[in-house]
Amino acid sequence: MRDITLGQYVAGNSVIHKLDPRTKIAMMILYIAMTFLVKDIWFLAIPFVYLVIELVLSGISLKYILNSLKPIRFLLILMFLLNLFFTKGENVWLDLGFWKLTDEAVLQSFFLSIRIVLLVAGASMLTLTTSPIALTDGLEKLLTPLKIFHFPAHELAMMMTIALRFVPTLMDESEKIRNAQMSRGADFESGNIFKRVKSMIPILIPLFVSSFRKADDLAIAMESRCYHGGDGRTRMHQLKFRKEDLFAILITLLFVAALIVILVLF
Amino acid sequence: MSIVINHLTFAYTQGGKPLAPTLKGLTFTIEEGSFLGIIGHTGSGKSTFVKHLNGLLSCEKGTVIVDGHDLSQKSERRTVRSLVGMVFQYPEYQLFAETVYEDVAFGPRNMKLDEAEIKTRVTNAMTMVGLDPERFSTRSPFELSGGERRRAAIAGVLAMQPKYLVLDEPMAGLDPLGRKEILSLLEKLRSESGCTIIMISHSMDDIANHATKVLVLEQGSVFLYDTPQIVFSNAEELQRIGLSVPSITKICIEMNRRGVAIPTSICTEDAFLHWFREGKAHA
Ligand SMILES: Nc1ncnc2c1ncn2[C@@H]1O[C@H](COP(=O)(O)OP(=O)(O)O)[C@@H](O)[C@H]1O
Ligand SMILES: [Mg+2]
Repeated sequence: MRDITLGQYVAGNSVIHKLDPRTKIAMMILYIAMTFLVKDIWFLAIPFVYLVIELVLSGISLKYILNSLKPIRFLLILMFLLNLFFTKGENVWLDLGFWKLTDEAVLQSFFLSIRIVLLVAGASMLTLTTSPIALTDGLEKLLTPLKIFHFPAHELAMMMTIALRFVPTLMDESEKIRNAQMSRGADFESGNIFKRVKSMIPILIPLFVSSFRKADDLAIAMESRCYHGGDGRTRMHQLKFRKEDLFAILITLLFVAALIVILVLF
Repeated sequence: MSIVINHLTFAYTQGGKPLAPTLKGLTFTIEEGSFLGIIGHTGSGKSTFVKHLNGLLSCEKGTVIVDGHDLSQKSERRTVRSLVGMVFQYPEYQLFAETVYEDVAFGPRNMKLDEAEIKTRVTNAMTMVGLDPERFSTRSPFELSGGERRRAAIAGVLAMQPKYLVLDEPMAGLDPLGRKEILSLLEKLRSESGCTIIMISHSMDDIANHATKVLVLEQGSVFLYDTPQIVFSNAEELQRIGLSVPSITKICIEMNRRGVAIPTSICTEDAFLHWFREGKAHA
């Protein structure tokens, strides 16, 4: 249970780590836009190069990126096979009668798989180089203009921070409750699906109860430290937009522009 | 019958890789009918150790054998779980059922006992912990007071009528009366049903007063394993690993330093008073 890491952050001191979280969020949005603009497998090289540069600059080991791809490996294989089987095409490589392997199908399968890999890897670059706290801070700042439409930017960011903070706590808690119920002879491993779902009740109910209790305690602790929402709240770590941030945004925009030019030309 | 622990070694894993070992080659035997007190600094591996006694964790090296059942055998674990009852820290957080009765009956139900037997066991267990079955059976566990909830949770373990009862810091967060109630419940269990008690506690006084054997864990190894008198006569060694001795022993040590010839192995009030009467008589 403890092995699960959500939005894992690898502390570091690189240029990428030091960028303002808002910059990194913007960079990621632009990067995602790039991968979606591309309609041809060879042009995926541009977001790929961008990702490699970012990875090298951040000093994050490739291992972490590969780890982030692990959860989607089955999805990837499934998508690849589905496209291989169901994409129609002209240029037949192999004819088995009931199914023809075509040029287009192979290209399409590779194209979609690579695109997903690039998307996930890019998104994990953001969480790998930005601490959850910085990320929610950045998000809050970015969403603040929406306040004129009564959008609860601060509350949303606070909720995200708290949720992230409590993920490991709840994991620990569920492990403890599981152990206690197993000691009372509970069996979570055998039986059909209905039996197994039912056997989760002795874990889920105490988990809910303790979450509510923790939420209550936390609310009291926050209020007794005079928390009253985002208005007039100052910060210990001020977000600062620096030269490097401008530079990073410009380079990213350069990549986007280059991609658009290429797409228009070819 | 007894629990035989032989070269028990255990390491947690993280990301598939083993961390530094938490338990390093524990070897000793817990005799049936004894009251074992486990003490040790936070992080010395006490909780990790007791989780091996009913197979919640299983060691890669060494063996744990409970009444002849080897816990490295997966098939033996279910049997052992009905032999060894386990009360974790803050056990009240495991309550889940709609009524106290149903919650206490959870263990016996898992043991596949018949309804009449379950009823007797639940009633007995609730009476044992001092929750009147008439009054409490139909109430929701979530509307009880803190102390009552803890007792309901302990009843849930007692209803399985374990031969060995393991408690991980069962008195944490209770008031003095609550602590006393739990301790006298444990004594009653031991004298009436011959239940073996294994208790982790940070209170040296409680351990000295109730335990027949004391296990001192230090960084995953057995530091001392002996009677309370012998263990607590090692005041300096215990202090070195961040533990202390019962308050009465501290008094004896201080008296000794000031020239009163009182044995420093005295660790209970009774022994202290006894020595005093004897000493006075001789004077
Ligand atoms: N689930 C776990 N995963 C990894 N390490 C753990 C886990 N549980 C405990 N530990 C570590 O094992 C050591 C012993 O812990 P524990 O048995 O809880 O000690 P104690 O109960 O004596 O305070 C500690 O260093 C702790 O950090
Ligand atoms: Mg512990």
